[in-house]
Amino acid sequence: MKYSAARILWEGLTGHKGWKPVWRDPAPRPHYDIVIIGGGGHGLATAHYLAKVYGQRKIAVLEKGWIGGGNVGRNTTIIRSNYLLDGNEPFYEFSLKLWEGLEQDLNYNAMVSQRGIMNLIHSDAQRDAFRRRGNAMILNGADAELLTTEQVRNEAPFLNFENARFPIKGALMQRRGGTVRHDAVAWGFARSADSHGVDIIQNCEVTGFKIENGRVKGVETSRGFIGAGKVGVAVAGNSSKVMAMAGMRLPIESHVLQAFVSEGLKPIIPGVITFGAGHFYVSQSDKGGLVFGGDIDGYNSYAQRGNSPVVEDVAEGGMALMPIIGRARLLRMWGGIMDMSMDGSPFIDRTHIEGLYFNGGWSYGGFKATPASGHAFAHLLATDTPHDTAKAYRLDRFQSGAMIDEKGAGAQPNLH
Amino acid sequence: MLINHPLLGPRDAQEFTYLGDASLLNRPDGMAGGAAQAFHDYLYLRDNPTGEHRELWYHEQGDRSWLIVTRNVSTHEILKVELASDVALSQGAKP
Repeated sequence: MKYSAARILWEGLTGHKGWKPVWRDPAPRPHYDIVIIGGGGHGLATAHYLAKVYGQRKIAVLEKGWIGGGNVGRNTTIIRSNYLLDGNEPFYEFSLKLWEGLEQDLNYNAMVSQRGIMNLIHSDAQRDAFRRRGNAMILNGADAELLTTEQVRNEAPFLNFENARFPIKGALMQRRGGTVRHDAVAWGFARSADSHGVDIIQNCEVTGFKIENGRVKGVETSRGFIGAGKVGVAVAGNSSKVMAMAGMRLPIESHVLQAFVSEGLKPIIPGVITFGAGHFYVSQSDKGGLVFGGDIDGYNSYAQRGNSPVVEDVAEGGMALMPIIGRARLLRMWGGIMDMSMDGSPFIDRTHIEGLYFNGGWSYGGFKATPASGHAFAHLLATDTPHDTAKAYRLDRFQSGAMIDEKGAGAQPNLH
Repeated sequence: MLINHPLLGPRDAQEFTYLGDASLLNRPDGMAGGAAQAFHDYLYLRDNPTGEHRELWYHEQGDRSWLIVTRNVSTHEILKVELASDVALSQGAKP
């Protein structure tokens, strides 16, 4: 069923009786060519691109809960491609370009809203670093602009420019950055994948792999054994847990990242504003809530909730940057579990087990990567070669010395 | 979180910095065969389990001692706190 203005008009006139569920609820078949574990944004995107771009058939997505119930529904919905390193920037720019065409590709309103992202500058050294980053972005075909203090003032006059410790001296602006309605991303990819014949199987938890002679033959699940030619794992947050069932240890720790939403307010924040020096970032949702967050809590966690010191730290960052936030009441706060990798960058790679592929380690940057991650993972699953933009995301990069350490923090996941 | 320091009693976890899995105490022998692989595994790979996790915390804003905290990472409940030096000695490290 294609969505269109004419369709909405027709349904409006006929009592909205023609809308049907947009994906099926099939029982698992005994065997698929490709099984994707994880019905989150990345898994569903992988299924969509596998079916639509790479012409694969007989695909299943297995989800232990319900689709969109994991991290794709727990993030702060920001899209951007403001990376520095060669291993990352082409990939995230590819992702941003896919976001720009996503709604037409999916025939689904994901509310892609390119209102810009500003990284604030507080010192000469930071300006130099951001100028370099902006140049790296432009070299890779992205957009970047260095704003003066006055230009930042025009964009966001409510900021505290005279903070004694971190006065605002400008910003790196990416105007094509912005936000996307995260649930709609999961639903849009699911609807498209389903319409291309992908079986989306919910309430189906993978409990083990069947591996014979170094080759994966299928997965044991709570709904019985499902045979598979190839298995792709996209379960960021729980990657270590799932891959341990295949006997693998990963360069990943699971950490909790908190996020916050205020009550709905009239439009005040034009785009996304990041205050790296104060560990705070903020945007405003289409419903009017201020969506904000800060750092990870910093210790291993699978709890999906954080502790009060980080809440306090985020609140302090918010008050330092934009004192008006003190008048807003907090509506909700929650935590999501991140695959924090050893260099802060992700993995899209084969494993040493034939037919088993891994996608994970997204740290706190998985949402913006959703379409490119799905596209690149689909490319890898379909062709057995890495996608051009994802060649650096190898599992063995710590062994070969080719790590992608954007922050230069070393093998210390809680510092990325 | 409150960490019950063996010498100082309950202390706010904010006084500590976090390093990670307590297996980092067991540094491989750099002179042994296969040291490159052993150091890769030591430095970069983690078990990252759910439930009980033994981990290293450093009392930076306190007495600068290293602790091994056994914590349930699914609930954040702290189950046991030991001085890392005591654990290392009991594993045969020389004082």
